[in-house]
Amino acid sequence: MVYLTRKAEFSASHYYHNPAFTPEENRRIFGKCNNPNGHGHNYTLEVTVKGEVDPQSGFVVDLKQLKEIMHREVLDAMDHRFLNKEVPEFFTQIPTTENLAIAIWQRLESKLQQARLHRVRVYETPDLFVDFFGEE
Amino acid sequence: MKAHLTRRYRFSSSHRLHSADLSPEENLATYGKCNNPHGHGHNYTLEVTVSGPVDPATGMVCNLVDLDGFVDREVLSRYHLENLNTLQEFTHHVPTTENLSVEIFEILQRGFQKAHLERVGIEETMMNSFEYAGTAEPRK
Repeated sequence: MVYLTRKAEFSASHYYHNPAFTPEENRRIFGKCNNPNGHGHNYTLEVTVKGEVDPQSGFVVDLKQLKEIMHREVLDAMDHRFLNKEVPEFFTQIPTTENLAIAIWQRLESKLQQARLHRVRVYETPDLFVDFFGEE
Repeated sequence: MKAHLTRRYRFSSSHRLHSADLSPEENLATYGKCNNPHGHGHNYTLEVTVSGPVDPATGMVCNLVDLDGFVDREVLSRYHLENLNTLQEFTHHVPTTENLSVEIFEILQRGFQKAHLERVGIEETMMNSFEYAGTAEPRK
């Protein structure tokens, strides 16, 4: 088994708000992230796939295909977007880094042909990242 | 759904690597420049990884305010701008980054209840990094 990781960057805005909470609860739990005008991050995405090395090509995965899938499924949908307002998953879920990693996993998993998805890592800043390994 | 969250922190400390069990020659042979009796310092980067189910109400594994508050209070304020050799936990243990990783893991494991502790990583320099993920038995 060989693991391959491809990185990408995207920039997006978001805010944290749960309509089931009171305004006071939202402010207490989410702090400055509750500002409804949103704020932004430069996210770094790392997608790790795993598989056996194809003896013909020497590849675990065709990187060009992986890059195209990441662009189509993630970057085109999320880069320079307001996640709460423009990405359907976040009409109902809070766009935390945790939920972002899960949403990206779900967007990618069924689209991969050769290799299997191993890990989605999303850096919100260089000092904060979330790993999702799929449902256990 | 379970996710892993990693947060990075920074602190700067000094230390000297010296074992009372070794002769002066053995200390020098083992620790080299790190055995300098005056000590020396590093800018450490600490990584703390916690895991748990993502709370559907908040979208979080744990609130970063809680994790940052705990690490700041219990770890950074203890080690930042200190000489590690002067601290109680390094009276009998050499303050290598291996031992520091174990100490910080145990501080978190004892006191941080808001998520499951997965691992602690410390970069001593850009070239050296260490990880500790615990053992079944607490260290004696």
